[in-house]
Amino acid sequence: MWKESVDYLTNNILHLEGHLGDAVNFFIYDTVKIWFLLITIIFIVSYLRTHFNTEYVRAHLQGKSELYGNVLAALFGIITPFCSCSAIPLFLGFIQARIPIGVTFSFLISAPMNNEVAIALLFGLFGWKITAIYIGFGLFVAIAGGFVIGKLGMEKYILLNVKPMEGELEEVKITLTMKDRAKEAWDYTLDIFKQIYLYVLVGVGVGAFIHGYIPADFIAKYAGADNPFAVLIAVVMGVPMYSNAAGIMPLVEVLTNKGMLLGTALSFMMAVTALSLPEAMILKKILHTKLIATFFGIVGLGIIAIGYLFNAILS
Amino acid sequence: MKIEILGTGCTKCKTLEEVVKQAVAKSGKFVQIEKVDDIMKIMEYNVVSTPGLVIDGQVVSTGKVLTVDEVLKLING
Repeated sequence: MWKESVDYLTNNILHLEGHLGDAVNFFIYDTVKIWFLLITIIFIVSYLRTHFNTEYVRAHLQGKSELYGNVLAALFGIITPFCSCSAIPLFLGFIQARIPIGVTFSFLISAPMNNEVAIALLFGLFGWKITAIYIGFGLFVAIAGGFVIGKLGMEKYILLNVKPMEGELEEVKITLTMKDRAKEAWDYTLDIFKQIYLYVLVGVGVGAFIHGYIPADFIAKYAGADNPFAVLIAVVMGVPMYSNAAGIMPLVEVLTNKGMLLGTALSFMMAVTALSLPEAMILKKILHTKLIATFFGIVGLGIIAIGYLFNAILS
Repeated sequence: MKIEILGTGCTKCKTLEEVVKQAVAKSGKFVQIEKVDDIMKIMEYNVVSTPGLVIDGQVVSTGKVLTVDEVLKLING
């Protein structure tokens, strides 16, 4: 229905045709669709997360066996908020609760990768199937990555000496009514939306331009099936782009329409959201570079493998 | 009354500190405000997502920036 309204607007009211009509139509249609989905999905996730904070996650991971802990930590990562400035307290707090280092990393990988903005955008641009696959692979990278890091026995590379606490951990109790939760979720949604709506606008704008004017074979030639390094390049480009995830996704939609393989696009998105340079800088204060490099290396390899696998399955 | 703001120095923690100061000024009460950036001290409160807000030794909020009104409500209890 929304599609018809935009078609009517560009064809019958604005009388736009050809490349310009295509571009304007795409711009209006996509911007409104993505904004709507962002607000809806971020609100739902924020509402759910008022029940799960990081303190709660920590209390629940305490004393779980290793692999089970990895799985649980990765699942918790989908719904708990995580900002990279909390990386240090989170890391130390988890060690203090004697949660194994591998389980901690499963959480650290999953939380930013399966964030609500990435999920909302994917859902809006590629539909629920791709979103489900993305989350599934995201969980896999978080579980496997954390498991491998745990097996490498890198505890000695934690630079700060934290005394494990005695006895059982108590959860921090904060009680909220349903109305409080809804209000909190709504405030959070607006807050996030204010931060990213412009990126979406710019991203869709550039996307609209490519959609209307750049021929498909141009992109297919550089990022399509014939370029064996496409996934690798996509991941390397994705790492420093953390904060601009919202602007990049609309672009990725156009790029896949124009011939970029979906595996390459997914790898790119995972690299953008899971491997963030600012987070690495923060973690450097408490972790030896070797451990951070291992963390980035394992996750990077996982993401690249997924890209190639996905490209191979789909082509 | 004593309010502690737990945070390692990120933007959100600084924002929360400002909010608390404004709320205290509005309340007209005598409140001692302390910014806690020592990570070990933060961990003693069992808080892993900063910024955290502690009133008289009780953790009342973690991981988010409250509004002035919300802090006022907490001060007035």
